[in-house]
Amino acid sequence: MNTLYLAFAYLRFHWLRSAILVLVAALILSVPLVSQVLLDGARTSLTDRAEATPLVLGNRGSQLDLIMNALYFSDDRAEPVTMAAAEDVWDSAMAIPIPLNTAFETNGARIVGTSLDYFEFRDLSIAEGRQLAVLGEAVLGAATAERLGLSPGDTVVSAPQNLFDLDGVYPLELNIVGVLAPTGTPDDEAVFVDIATTWVISGIGHGHEGVVATDADADEVVANAAIVEFNRIMPENIDSFHFHGDPDTYPVSGILVVPDDERAGTILRGRYLDTANPLQIVVPAEVVGELVDRIFRIKSLLDAVTVIVGAAAFAAVGLAVFLSYRLRAREMQTAFKLGARPGMIIRLLASETVILLACAGMIALAIVMAVQSSGDTIVTWLLAT
Amino acid sequence: MIELRDIAFSYPGSDFRLAVPSFNLSEGERVAVVGPSGTGKTTLLNLIAGIAVPQAGQIMLDGQEMTGLSDGARRTLRADKIGFVFQDFALLDYLSARDNILYPYRITSGAPLNAEARARADHLAEACGLSGKLGRRPGALSQGEQQRVALCRALVRQPKLILADEATGNLDPENKSAILDLLFSRTREAGASLLAVTHDHDLLPRFDRIIDFADYRMDAEGAA
Repeated sequence: MNTLYLAFAYLRFHWLRSAILVLVAALILSVPLVSQVLLDGARTSLTDRAEATPLVLGNRGSQLDLIMNALYFSDDRAEPVTMAAAEDVWDSAMAIPIPLNTAFETNGARIVGTSLDYFEFRDLSIAEGRQLAVLGEAVLGAATAERLGLSPGDTVVSAPQNLFDLDGVYPLELNIVGVLAPTGTPDDEAVFVDIATTWVISGIGHGHEGVVATDADADEVVANAAIVEFNRIMPENIDSFHFHGDPDTYPVSGILVVPDDERAGTILRGRYLDTANPLQIVVPAEVVGELVDRIFRIKSLLDAVTVIVGAAAFAAVGLAVFLSYRLRAREMQTAFKLGARPGMIIRLLASETVILLACAGMIALAIVMAVQSSGDTIVTWLLAT
Repeated sequence: MIELRDIAFSYPGSDFRLAVPSFNLSEGERVAVVGPSGTGKTTLLNLIAGIAVPQAGQIMLDGQEMTGLSDGARRTLRADKIGFVFQDFALLDYLSARDNILYPYRITSGAPLNAEARARADHLAEACGLSGKLGRRPGALSQGEQQRVALCRALVRQPKLILADEATGNLDPENKSAILDLLFSRTREAGASLLAVTHDHDLLPRFDRIIDFADYRMDAEGAA
């Protein structure tokens, strides 16, 4: 007890030096543990979502980009395909196509344009409000709703793609009608809208006033130069919203394909094997499996580096502690002259070291627990960026 | 109290040799040891304290032969019967004055740190004019106050013998006299003997006996 009292008194008096030693040791201990927690979380998150998604159809290019965008709504996007690709899947009568358009953002969250099938496919339930019903409505993921402090009745505005492009996409104010229950997946971070709403954001569809028909039977309309486009879709103006061009040419980032059975899935995969086909269909579990293998090959290298760096850092901390003991030689000599046993002096120094390491261990544990508790969010963020 | 007979001591690999044919210190006696630097005054204190062991001769402390004891037994005897006062005070900067006084209890297992010990520490501190300063660390005390704390630490376990090695060497004249007054009064009250190494000849008349240590020094050739 006396030894602990003296050890605490010494460490408290030299609090800055003690704090630095504790922090350094805590970091050395926590870095490999945190990386292990995050990697395990990433592997679970990647694998679970990939295994829950049978097929993804998209433009031929990087399979990884296609998967990461379709599953995790990441920034890396392959060239968009058209709705014709989804129609082809539908016409095959072997699978349900779920189109995704992830081209836009709002307040740091990805706007995901999709169909109602997506919610059923991902087993997403509404925790507050209601499901999407008409154009211009949005349902928020749980984390995004909490982060932005938004609830049904509020609105969010889509982010302009380029502030300096006067001819570019104008922001659209979205009416929030629902908030999803948390799932611990990238869906928590998204803002879901009907896919047609994303086409309004991109300018393919719009609503405006000041347009008159030349006569009742004519297809032609006349508008003046001061035509006002609506930047929010509301009951009083929704009827004026319309789309231009062939719907088959409207863009989608990717299409989740849910085959009726394994045979249907195999047949569909065969249809896109030809490398001359601008479209490809991929199995997320295979692509993610390769990615996870690579990550863990790199991790084993990182582990070796961490061990070396950790050993060097611990050696530096050990040297600092040793030099501190040498500086205290006079104190030890006094203790010896006053009748202290060598064992007591060793116990005193050991107590100080154990207290430092215990504090470092507790801080490292707290860091690891903090990372673990918000692991899903961190992993989702890491995968989405 | 202390009796040294035919002591011969040398440090390994050194030409230094110390010979003390005979030396006695009675109970309650106050003796000053003087002599030029390097004559072995501090070595004598270390021999009496059992920190150094002579190659020949006998050292009796309070009726107990020390030279035949093990390291541990000598350490226990030192902790129980001897109090040290050093020239540089040797206080611990991270402990308060009170904890410095009680330090011998915390590093030795012979006596428990109980209420009686704490009361004795407070009494000593009050007698040495340290009331109200017991919570301060050494850095917040004057040199005179630091040596008073060191004096209290030497006396707190009620030793039979106080060994003072240049205890007033770092103090101004006013503090020298005050510390010596305290050293004498406290040792007298405790019934302890005092063996003080000093270079300060002004203080010598106040001691019961003075030993010129050069008399005990053997030169490199071994001639007395």
